[in-house]
Amino acid sequence: MKDNNIDNIIELSNELRWQIGDEFHDNLTESIYADAADIVKDSVKTQDGEKRFRLDSKIDKIVTSKTWGFPIMFLILGTVLWLTIIGANYPSSLLAELLLDTIHPILKSGAASISMPWWLAGFLIDGVYLAVAWVIAVMLPPMAIFFPMFTLLEDFGYLPRVAFNLDSLFNKSGAHGKQALTMSMGFGCNAAGVVATRIIDSPRERLIAIITNNFSLCNGRWPTQILIATIFIGAVVPDSISSFASLLAVISIAVLGMAFMFGVSWALSKTVLKGEVSTFNLELPPYRPPRFWKTIYTSLIDRTLIVLWRAVVFAAPAGALIWLISNIYIGDETIAAWLINGMDGFGFLLGLNGVILLAYIVAIPANEIVIPTILMLTVMVTEIGGGAGAGVMFELDSINATGDILRAGGWTLLTAINLMLFSLLHNPCSTTIYTIYKETNSAKWTIVASIMPVILGFVVCFLVAQFWRLIF
Amino acid sequence: METKVKSACETCSQFNKEGLKKLGIHTDNFDFVVALAGNPNTGKSTVFNALTGLRQHTGNWPGKTVTRAEGGFEYNTNKYKLVDLPGTYSLLSTSEDEEAARDFILFGKPDVTVIVADANRLERNLNLVLQILEITDKAVLCLNLMDEAKRNKVDIDLRTLARDLGIPVVPTSARFNQGIPELIQTISEIASGEIVCKPHRIKNVPKNIEKAVKTLTVEIEKEFPNIPNSRWIAFRLLEGDKQIINALKTGEFL
Repeated sequence: MKDNNIDNIIELSNELRWQIGDEFHDNLTESIYADAADIVKDSVKTQDGEKRFRLDSKIDKIVTSKTWGFPIMFLILGTVLWLTIIGANYPSSLLAELLLDTIHPILKSGAASISMPWWLAGFLIDGVYLAVAWVIAVMLPPMAIFFPMFTLLEDFGYLPRVAFNLDSLFNKSGAHGKQALTMSMGFGCNAAGVVATRIIDSPRERLIAIITNNFSLCNGRWPTQILIATIFIGAVVPDSISSFASLLAVISIAVLGMAFMFGVSWALSKTVLKGEVSTFNLELPPYRPPRFWKTIYTSLIDRTLIVLWRAVVFAAPAGALIWLISNIYIGDETIAAWLINGMDGFGFLLGLNGVILLAYIVAIPANEIVIPTILMLTVMVTEIGGGAGAGVMFELDSINATGDILRAGGWTLLTAINLMLFSLLHNPCSTTIYTIYKETNSAKWTIVASIMPVILGFVVCFLVAQFWRLIF
Repeated sequence: METKVKSACETCSQFNKEGLKKLGIHTDNFDFVVALAGNPNTGKSTVFNALTGLRQHTGNWPGKTVTRAEGGFEYNTNKYKLVDLPGTYSLLSTSEDEEAARDFILFGKPDVTVIVADANRLERNLNLVLQILEITDKAVLCLNLMDEAKRNKVDIDLRTLARDLGIPVVPTSARFNQGIPELIQTISEIASGEIVCKPHRIKNVPKNIEKAVKTLTVEIEKEFPNIPNSRWIAFRLLEGDKQIINALKTGEFL
């Protein structure tokens, strides 16, 4: 019986819908606005009328102007990176000294004194502990500086202005203007950026935003860029401008990533994801002076520590894996050596090497551990570990020492540049891949989003390597 | 009673400071569910943090919260579960975040819906407020960012506003924890039924539509006698909202 009544109601509604015509939605919206206007008229008084938000609109006129919008954006990005590069150096070497030079030998001798078997001590201390210690030393300082600064900008209200500035570029690439916001979130973490695409209504544009989010350099990759740029790019110019040169290199990579984001968005919207660009309202919120200490606190707790914890969780098994593959022999070579030698040829074509490719395979769970893995594998291959055994990280308390190891591994300026390019253009980390799958619910798009950047990376690195070798 | 004078509201006899416990993420065995709705960037997450003692990250851009956050607090021995909904401008379109917010208010049947609005942009915010008031009759307007409104010399007659909307209006500056005690007190009074709201229903509807809505409402109320939002369901049926039609068929409104 009940079903019948409900069917009748629905029937009735269908009938009535015909009677009232198709302007119902607009009529209702207008009624709501009329009600709102009535209520406000009776209860709200504004004294200064148009003078409200005067300072805000003055700032907006400058930061979103055609002339100044982009220079200011790059200036802010540059300043944040500059402070990160300069500021992270000292605490990084301090941490390395503590965790690698001091605690590591203590652990080793401790293990020896309780006569722990060599393989267990090696596995735990040289594998798991060292990888974790490296991730902390390399990643914590830049993150502890970068995240709070980014959060302060966010709380101040700058991000929507970035979206405003970039809107026309996104529009021309056939993408949604709000993609600027998800792109910005991607600079922190691609998985977070992918989740943030929920603010985009149109499924087509949302998919574009998800697939191209990986072109935002994430925090797992910033330290790689900064470290390699400091060692190799900074070294080819006079000392006085070396940090400026490395800064410029890092910014170029970030901007190149944005260029790829626009290019790929454009290509997608012209081919498999055709469609109209949808319009939207973007509210420019008032500028709010951030509550400084609260922001610092929350961004340290919420972002830095959580991301660091994730890196540590992934680094520990990776360290164990590295130690295992460099200590288990097949024939007269270790597994790692087989893999590295096997991939060296392909690596050379790309201007990289077998170590880097293997490191990227080991580091699929987390981009953060690429550099530690590369160093551990390089030390092993070049056998400059001194007294340390296979797969053991050499004690590196300064950036110079890191550079020496890499050069001993046959690295050149080309290797460095291509590593920076490959770090930008390769598959997203496993967390992001999983997030993409959850958000799109499609294996097909997840595969596209995972494979496409790697192919781009191979192509770009290959071309750069060939041109480089032609010229030099 | 008046030992530590921190703010006027904390010492007010209406507010029982000792009865408040912020429960963070612990929301087991709750007595009441409270939904937090509002336009993007009005400070919902800040209000959420102030009520629960959590430190959900907040950002100054519309769309910061896309996932549903939950937290809890205890007041006068009652436990409240608080759900922070994604910020939306309206409930009439069908993007993913708007649907999430609407579905929760409609099917989650919160005991209280706290609508957070930006005091500086009240007229624009009322669009959502009026839509929510069609769905639920247990709501409170949290007029946030009062500090900015004061700076911008926006003067709001809270009594008139509360009378016109038919729900309590609580002014807050959640960033500075101002007004939060009153908000908690009001939430508890609505939940317990001490405050009975008579929410504003959309008035300026053209005559022919109003007539159709009335006809339909009568039929819906015959079928679901105790439903608070028959009129809103009528609106949605006239719009041809497939989800609502399905919900009627499956009896989700009961």
